[in-house]
Amino acid sequence: MSDHPAEIKEIERIAKGIRRRVLEHSIANNGGYMSQACSSAELLASLYGGILNFAPVGQPIDPPTFIGVPEVGIHTYKTGQQFHGAPGDQYDRLISSPAHYALVIYSALIETKRLREDGLEHFNRDGSTVEMIGAEHSPGFETTTGSLAQALSQAGGIALARKLKKEKGNTWVFMSDGEFQEGQTYEALQAAKFHGLDKLRVIVDVNLNQCDGPMDTVMRIEPLADRIRAFGWDVTVLDGHDIPAILAAAREATNNPHVLLCYTDPVRGLAIMEERKPTLHYLRFTGADERAKYEKAYQEMVK
Amino acid sequence: MSYEIVARPHQQNFIDWAKDKPKVLVLSADLTNSCEVGKWRDTYPDRFFSMGMAEQNMLGFAAGLAREGFEPWLHTFSVFLYRRPLDQLQMSVAYPSLKVRLVGFLPGIMTPGGVTHQAIEDIAIVRAIPNMTILEVGDATEVESVIEVAHEIDGPVYIRMLRGEVSRIFPKDEPFVLNTARILSTGSDITLITSGIMTEEALRAIPLLQDRGVSVSHLHVSTLKPFTDPRIISALKSAKHGIITMENHSIIGGLGSAVAEVMAENGIGVPLQRIGLKDTYAHGASQKYLMAEYFMDAQALIRAVENALGRKLNIDEAELEEQRSVTVHSSAKAEAL
Ligand SMILES: Cc1ncc(C[n+]2csc(CCOP(=O)(O)OP(=O)(O)O)c2C)c(N)n1
Ligand SMILES: [Mg+2]
Repeated sequence: MSDHPAEIKEIERIAKGIRRRVLEHSIANNGGYMSQACSSAELLASLYGGILNFAPVGQPIDPPTFIGVPEVGIHTYKTGQQFHGAPGDQYDRLISSPAHYALVIYSALIETKRLREDGLEHFNRDGSTVEMIGAEHSPGFETTTGSLAQALSQAGGIALARKLKKEKGNTWVFMSDGEFQEGQTYEALQAAKFHGLDKLRVIVDVNLNQCDGPMDTVMRIEPLADRIRAFGWDVTVLDGHDIPAILAAAREATNNPHVLLCYTDPVRGLAIMEERKPTLHYLRFTGADERAKYEKAYQEMVK
Repeated sequence: MSYEIVARPHQQNFIDWAKDKPKVLVLSADLTNSCEVGKWRDTYPDRFFSMGMAEQNMLGFAAGLAREGFEPWLHTFSVFLYRRPLDQLQMSVAYPSLKVRLVGFLPGIMTPGGVTHQAIEDIAIVRAIPNMTILEVGDATEVESVIEVAHEIDGPVYIRMLRGEVSRIFPKDEPFVLNTARILSTGSDITLITSGIMTEEALRAIPLLQDRGVSVSHLHVSTLKPFTDPRIISALKSAKHGIITMENHSIIGGLGSAVAEVMAENGIGVPLQRIGLKDTYAHGASQKYLMAEYFMDAQALIRAVENALGRKLNIDEAELEEQRSVTVHSSAKAEAL
């Protein structure tokens, strides 16, 4: 159980910074993936600010401009993994799966001084790697997963390779709950258990929402914990805004691959978003009035 | 040149059309509003089925429903209709030749969502699947009229659809006709075949080309499979200096390839230039930026015409810019993915 007050304080600071940056960006650009910031701020803050053992990067990195897609025989293409520091035996890895959380992930990278302060100025700009939907050249991404529910399998492969290489670090996967509707997710769960990938760790933002609205009205995934346990995984169910609980679950030693099902609130920290229910997936202001309301909320947030 | 911009032409049109067709169902994979069928769902809740983000399974359900006499219209982004569920599309739907309608949005490089959202090889793949019909719309009139055309086809249909703000290029009373190209201009120097959004892009260059004395036969193609339209064959035969294709797709396997096949089969021996993605993945950026970066815009067409004629036409960027009827899909970036 982590009850190191300084660590928790720092994670709270990061989480606050994530919400603030995503809101600021959304106001400036008349839209953004805001509910994802509200639901996952504590998860990504805990990962980047506490759980993950990453190599340092030195100065915050200036996001490179887009230089081209991977090509046969050309090895200049760099993945966003560089923002996580040089990989190594003892270090952890983080594979982020829901690529539309990119804005949130970039904000977490800024708050933890891995991406330059002005990194979001490149967001969704022509010729930039700071893409709206993260691809593997985007900061903090090392796989291309905007076609959702493909990352867990790739992380399974990475974890298997690391097991073969007898590496000590964990391989973490950040997922959204919508990805538990795709069949591939369950194929990956099945294979990870079968191959004994006990250093594979998954943290899920269970915000119970997706593009069309509440998951209960789109396609039910519950009872999620029971489903995953049935595949032989260890499952911890927790409140995804409770930082000590997240840290404790993440640091639990398990003999199986382990999933943290973090139940979250998609409007946490930005109560006015309540008015937009039932569809929260993408925030685009209906007009100047609504935008002004969010500006006011922003002023409150930074007070 | 300026066209009427129609907001969400599919949305209300599809509701009106489906009114007296109880067998018509909509299946959706969690992109209901992004594919303009949110209002359809609210109008016909008993005929709308939310399948969640699970496209492979959705193709299978569609097959089962079609076997039982229903006509499922699947709505999602183009990529999610054929990439992941390709085997299901082939074995569950195409092999038994079922009346399943795949309505694919954001074809090609129209989305800033990047490589995972850009259907750049869908025509190539779906064209290779027996029994499939492929339709692609180029304006609001075609968005509205493609529905009835697809409905009449006794087999599976894949539609490359447009959403949001769509130009009306073709008169409302000249609907989509299966396997019938629209002849937009006639000429004998160059034959230009365009499809989808590339037609509007090409139309920016045509007056300038004509002004420079180039006579262009321009056809807009909206049926990509079958590809047996006699109008196309005769236009290809009449080209003196060259043939150019322009598509919002890879140059491999799509319109350009289909034209090459017809040329070879008919012994048409002039050079062919294919404008489109040159065997590369793209990345997330605006449509206008990507079209310029990958030489898929009106400027690229002018270069291709100059190539074919072997002379410079001295058309500058400013002249072309004047021909831009709208800032290309200005709202595209704000659209939810
Ligand atoms: C395979 C696939 N199908 C559909 C989409 C389109 N899509 C993007 S985000 C999303 C919702 C997924 O649910 P979730 O990540 O839980 O949504 P959120 O909580 O962020 O609203 C969908 C369907 C996609 N990116 N990939
Ligand atoms: Mg969700």
